Amino acid sequence: MHIAVVLKQVPDLVEELDIDSGGKDIDRSIVKMKLNEFDDHALEQAVLLKESSGAKLTVVAVAADGIDQVLYAARARGADAALKIDAGGELLDSRRAASAIAEAIKQLECDLVLTGVQAADDLFGQTAPYLAAALGWPHVSVVSGVELAGAKVRVNQEYAGGRMASLELDLPAVLGVQAAPQPPRYVPVSKLRQAMASGALETVSAAPADKLSGAAVTALAKTDTGRGAEMLAGSAAEVAEKISALLGERRLVRA
Amino acid sequence: MGNVLVYVETSGGRVAPISFELLGAARTLAAGLGGEVEALLAGGGDLAAQLGAADTVIQVEHPALSPYVPEAHVAVLAEAIRTRNPQVVLVGNTSVGIDLAAGAAAATGRPLVSYCLGLEADGGAVVARSQLYGGKITATTKTDVPAAFAVVAGSFPEASGRSGGKGARATMEPPAALSSLRTRFLSASEPGGEGVDITKAERLVSVGRGLGGPENLNLAEELAKALGAEIGASRPVCDSGWLPKARQVGKSGMTVKPKLYFAVGISGAPEHLEGMRDSELIVAINSDANAPIFKVAHYGTTCDLFDLLPALTERLKAKTG
Ligand SMILES: Cc1cc2nc3c(=O)[nH]c(=O)nc-3n(C[C@H](O)[C@H](O)[C@H](O)COP(=O)(O)OP(=O)(O)OC[C@H]3O[C@@H](n4cnc5c(N)ncnc54)[C@H](O)[C@@H]3O)c2cc1C
Ligand SMILES: Nc1ncnc2c1ncn2[C@@H]1O[C@H](COP(=O)(O)O)[C@@H](O)[C@H]1O
Repeated sequence: MHIAVVLKQVPDLVEELDIDSGGKDIDRSIVKMKLNEFDDHALEQAVLLKESSGAKLTVVAVAADGIDQVLYAARARGADAALKIDAGGELLDSRRAASAIAEAIKQLECDLVLTGVQAADDLFGQTAPYLAAALGWPHVSVVSGVELAGAKVRVNQEYAGGRMASLELDLPAVLGVQAAPQPPRYVPVSKLRQAMASGALETVSAAPADKLSGAAVTALAKTDTGRGAEMLAGSAAEVAEKISALLGERRLVRA
Repeated sequence: MGNVLVYVETSGGRVAPISFELLGAARTLAAGLGGEVEALLAGGGDLAAQLGAADTVIQVEHPALSPYVPEAHVAVLAEAIRTRNPQVVLVGNTSVGIDLAAGAAAATGRPLVSYCLGLEADGGAVVARSQLYGGKITATTKTDVPAAFAVVAGSFPEASGRSGGKGARATMEPPAALSSLRTRFLSASEPGGEGVDITKAERLVSVGRGLGGPENLNLAEELAKALGAEIGASRPVCDSGWLPKARQVGKSGMTVKPKLYFAVGISGAPEHLEGMRDSELIVAINSDANAPIFKVAHYGTTCDLFDLLPALTERLKAKTG
């Protein structure tokens, strides 16, 4: 059994985001990047599968600034191998990225590919279904909980209202992971150092399909929160007083 | 002709609210593109009667379509796109839609724009407004048709998608792929309540990742007690095990409409807003003035929650004695 997890960095949403001078992208010179949180869960899920089944685990990422660190950290968390995809260096949308990732996955000869369910920085659709289509494999997204069962895999898919279904897929398959059964584990610094010293990352070249998604961003803007909330200013005590007063007016304070 | 095809999502034997939203949006788009509205109902049986906003309801019946299996529905949607050749395809940007929209777009080679909140016909193109980066950034795209769009729940009124169509019926042959699926349905489960049903609560104090850790839950619980409220949560709080899944509000959790919703340390990602934006009074506490939660909140403050929660609890206790 060989499992691959696809990892990607996204801007940290807790930080302020600005639009660049072209008006069609965020200002990438100042953003702080971090591993997409759903990829973090996908990796945790894969490590759990490796621990329970003895599967080989390879982490895969499209080459980009800072990606080496992400791959080393994944190795420190339990990945057996790390593969960097050189796709030419330009910023790819999820559809083109999926085509390049599919090329690399074919060379890996794996049985199961996990991605994060989505990344908040791309609007041309989700990578897992595109990747599955490029490979001709079945797929399910919004997955929480994955179990291997011989040549099959069992997953929970989540729907609205907290409903869930258990589904079984033939391998090979692609899964878009929402949440691992346990929170992603931390990497001790000593393990990270070990991983970084344990040899260079492997790199493969894979050209993305040049067919563009067909959709084009014409403008990007900060979401206007202007007409939203009436903001309450002051010290904690003052704001508490204001909130308490407006709840009182609406008879929302417990009688 | 500029027909608009809507994939009708069903849930628990009912048409999901998002489908009425899409049908309403489709009526406006079809008028702009000079076409008709078609509704694709896969394995939906007698639900066709509710789709009066469609000019034609296309029904497909096959044992593999119910209970829901993503692979089967992707195959049917792709087949409908190939055979009916609509200029616009609308799918909900729901858990189900994540698989369907990209799966069918890939199978048919059509462009897809996701996270749409607004759509407008513009000549032979569609201009869409989408939210990215957890709702912090709004993107405008222009896409020549034919194309597909995944629309976020809550973006269009349901009422406009209840009627107005011609109500014709058509059937589509199930695609051959349905007899060789590689995905099988095993079982379904309803939310494990552990005794709480937050959808019934009149007041909710919901906590997000801003709370820092489970050791701080008591701050929210004290406030909830003073207000007579239940505790709700954002997804990461439940995924981290600080609170049970039954308390999760949002796209993959509960949809709530309480009289009072306190959002504490919640950024207001679109997936969270979907589940609580219709609350009667929303008060948001978030130290980031640009947090998208302030867009839907009625009152907001950037006061640190660790200072404000105890102060507010004190204040309310003093008031109620
Ligand atoms: C398919 C899918 C389904 C999803 N379903 C759901 C769902 O059902 N429900 C859901 O909630 N999410 C859902 N999500 C996840 C969603 O995208 C967000 O990741 C999530 O809502 C973020 O949770 P949060 O606001 O608690 O955390 P964050 O986004 O990390 O926000 C924490 C906030 O706390 C604020 N803060 C920090 N410290 C303080 C302080 N001391 N005082 C005041 N404020 C502070 C910060 O400014 C920040 O805005 C889903 C995602 C996907 C892809
Ligand atoms: N360069 C890339 N572009 C898009 N998706 C990627 C890339 N590399 C990895 N992915 C995987 O696809 C997931 C979903 O991204 P998306 O579907 O674009 O929202 C990511 O979280 C990653 O797991």
